[in-house]
Amino acid sequence: MDYFLELFVGGLTRGSIYALIALGYTMVYGIIELINFAHGEIYMIGAFTALIVASALSLLGMSGWSLLILAGVIAIIYSAAYGFTLEKIAYKPLRKAQRLSPLISAIGMSIFLQNYVLLAQTSDFLSFPALIKEFSFMENITIMRSSELVIFITTAIATTLLTLFIKFTRMGKAMRAVAQDKTMAMLLGVNVNRVISVTFIIGSALAAVGGVLISSHIGQINFYIGFIAGIKAFTAAVLGGIGSIPGAVLGGLVLGWTESFATGYVSSDYEDVFAFGLLVFILIFRPSGILGKTSSEKV
Amino acid sequence: MKRSLIFLMAIAFMLFTGSAFAADTIKLGVAGAHSGDLASYGLPTLNAAKLVVGDVNAKGGVLGKKVEILPADDVCKPEVAANVASKLVSDGANVVLGHICSGATKAALNTYKEAKIVVISPSATNVDLTKSGDYPNFFRTISPDDAQAKLEVDFALNKLKVKKVAVIHDKGDYGKGLAEFAKADFEKRGITPVLFEGITPGAVDYSAIVQKIKNSGADAVIYGGYHPEAAKIVSAMKKKKMKTFFISDDGVKDDTFIKVAGQFAEGVYATGPIDTSKNPMAIAAIEQHKKVYGSDPGAFYLNAYAATICLLQAIDKAGSTNIDAVSKALRTNWFETPLGKISFDERGDAKGIGFSMYKVEKGKYVEVGK
Repeated sequence: MDYFLELFVGGLTRGSIYALIALGYTMVYGIIELINFAHGEIYMIGAFTALIVASALSLLGMSGWSLLILAGVIAIIYSAAYGFTLEKIAYKPLRKAQRLSPLISAIGMSIFLQNYVLLAQTSDFLSFPALIKEFSFMENITIMRSSELVIFITTAIATTLLTLFIKFTRMGKAMRAVAQDKTMAMLLGVNVNRVISVTFIIGSALAAVGGVLISSHIGQINFYIGFIAGIKAFTAAVLGGIGSIPGAVLGGLVLGWTESFATGYVSSDYEDVFAFGLLVFILIFRPSGILGKTSSEKV
Repeated sequence: MKRSLIFLMAIAFMLFTGSAFAADTIKLGVAGAHSGDLASYGLPTLNAAKLVVGDVNAKGGVLGKKVEILPADDVCKPEVAANVASKLVSDGANVVLGHICSGATKAALNTYKEAKIVVISPSATNVDLTKSGDYPNFFRTISPDDAQAKLEVDFALNKLKVKKVAVIHDKGDYGKGLAEFAKADFEKRGITPVLFEGITPGAVDYSAIVQKIKNSGADAVIYGGYHPEAAKIVSAMKKKKMKTFFISDDGVKDDTFIKVAGQFAEGVYATGPIDTSKNPMAIAAIEQHKKVYGSDPGAFYLNAYAATICLLQAIDKAGSTNIDAVSKALRTNWFETPLGKISFDERGDAKGIGFSMYKVEKGKYVEVGK
């Protein structure tokens, strides 16, 4: 039973990180129907920023929770700025172009950001400090580690805050309006440019949170970590229904659990086979994803 | 129309004279990972080649010609290596030092074979490269993986006295090849590994496989692969307070592993080329690196230094860069190198070298057994 629970917790951890990144993909797609392939790199940049800040601050003698929170906040701000700039440079000029152009621009930005970090920092794997301290009450619990608990709780809080934001604030309402019908929202006086920028900022912030958390958990980062994480998170977003926020979270968790249990009970060799096989299976029966809305004809 | 024709002819003439000049040097292609996450494996080889070639050229070169290095970066990826090989061939490489990673080397060898170029690697350990007989133009100054695997198995059973083992690999040519040899060796001794599985490099987290290892009750894990994944798995294992031994290969016996895994690297075992640092040529080569580059040399430096020496001396003894003459010279002569006195057998493996087991103690790799 312990084994099952451990795999469950492992899948939950992984799934939470996928969910945090997937939210960025799904929100951007919902608003401007673009798959932001450079999103995985924002996650990576968040992790690198946190490492740089944490290293600098720990030299000044900081440690513990304040170090994690400060490094996290600065990473969030920095990544949000990257997301904002990314949209302005690479996607906004192509809003009127045919669908393929922003997509290629996204892939180009992804490669650019990877190599920028590679050159600005290093190609080496860098050790990431364990910023999440071990809780004393967790000492005797073997199925879950302190960092896994923190990841889960943070994801739950972030997702809840996002849902409340979308549902109850004016900006949230504006985002829903733009996602429904951009032209109409614009005609009704919604500042579409600002809504799009806010979407990118929130998505990037969430990705940065994911980056900081998982790097503290795993202990090392590298310029290339955004690549696989990005693909998995994108898969999770599609699995749950691209454009749907609860879908992104559900997709992330389902993907994480599938991978974890596939490794634990079948074989690690087939982990990705199961994950992507599940995606194909779900899409055959529900082409818009688990919680996706089938787009209706606008009369 | 006439002007552009003359222009084209002028360019063609210049290209022609360009290559005519080139024939006056011996071109040594140095191929490997010079950037990317595995660059720590490939850059020391480039440094070694530069130092040896510098010395050789200062003494007049080989057969009266200067040696010219053509560096080529394959980031240890097979697809890139194939392209790199084509480029080196078209750039006129006479001989090649490389590649670094087994998968990349395998992808490139056919191109070199067809171009009749001798290739010598300081680090590609996949057994098939020599044992299959498919690549008569290939030599190496490092023992093949079956020797590594045997050492790992012997050590695990005889020194660490483990009863249950898990064998994990990274699905690549190098890691999986090693893992399969280890598995076969265990089975020959009557022990079936409780786990034999592959992980995907670059994944977000490896807690599932670590849980599986813990659940299997294995006393030791034999891991075939490179240091990034090894560091992640070892960290996860230590954080879960597992007492399982972690035994790995020369892809992990790298100081970068200790740097990244930090305190969790303590107690990890890894095989690597026998420590020849007491050899006078080795001491001189390491000093030279420190003087010229201001740092200690990295992985496979001495192997690459030896390989370059053997290659250039073989060309000298053969009197040309012809593949048959050089191959014969490599096989029939013994060369003094930082690895000791070595030669090569009919398959291309080096004679006179081997592997040792190392353990991470107090943040450094220490030799613990042969």
